[in-house]
Amino acid sequence: MIPLSWYLVLSAALVCIGVFGVISRRNAIAMLLGVELILNAVNINLLAFWRYMDVIHVTGQVFTIMVITAAAAEVAVGLAIFIAVYRNKRTIAAEDVADLKG
Amino acid sequence: MPVITLQLVIFITVAALAIASALGMLFSRNTVYSALLLVFNFTTVAFLYFMMGAPFIGLAQITVYAGAIMVLFLFVIMLLGTEQIARIEQLSAQSVAAVLLGLVIITEAVVVFLLRNPTSLVVTSGGDVVSVNEIGGLLYSQYLLPFEITSFILLVAVVGAIILTKQEKPAGKAVEGEVKK
Repeated sequence: MIPLSWYLVLSAALVCIGVFGVISRRNAIAMLLGVELILNAVNINLLAFWRYMDVIHVTGQVFTIMVITAAAAEVAVGLAIFIAVYRNKRTIAAEDVADLKG
Repeated sequence: MPVITLQLVIFITVAALAIASALGMLFSRNTVYSALLLVFNFTTVAFLYFMMGAPFIGLAQITVYAGAIMVLFLFVIMLLGTEQIARIEQLSAQSVAAVLLGLVIITEAVVVFLLRNPTSLVVTSGGDVVSVNEIGGLLYSQYLLPFEITSFILLVAVVGAIILTKQEKPAGKAVEGEVKK
């Protein structure tokens, strides 16, 4: 059996890569890809703890399904926002879309 | 350290592939390649779910994440024609963030590997695969309210996406011209 900590380290590495992607990328779509990576790492954590702590109940899997659903909704709304922004400003580079900054 | 078994070798291979594809996604200049590498990453993670004994989640991962969501990403990337992004300027704030994140993961690895208490972990024996029936039963009994709220979130997202992308007037000339070109 693989130790639980290995799953956690993998998940932490993926979260760090995702956060760095969100921070460093200029393209808004690439930032959203980083967010997807973070949510994916969260799912790894949920399932690993389900497997090692509470395998009788399937609560971890239920919450994973909800995270996947929330990620799908987030992507739909986020990409719709990017399409609307691109239609108005002809760009989705993150630093060019700063109209809300006073 | 545990004994080297076949399972462990497979896990390390899959985990290395997952991290490598995530890094490739991060450093790829072309957004289309980033999205495709993320599809590969999601597939490797789904393989981990199969190894953990959660086949339903693994299949949902492949169909929903690697299938639907990433197709939506690729569609929008190609629709907007923003595959190529300009060269990333290395801001100092970014390197600071990178160093901080690296420290975080090193700290986490050290804490988890060296300072953990091995007896605090109740490791249940493997081999039992949870059926979809149990997940569905729990979803419709104990977690009915979160389930309904999730469905409401999906409804709001669908309506919001349609409203956000709807053309107000027939003034969509520029966008159509861009796509046709």
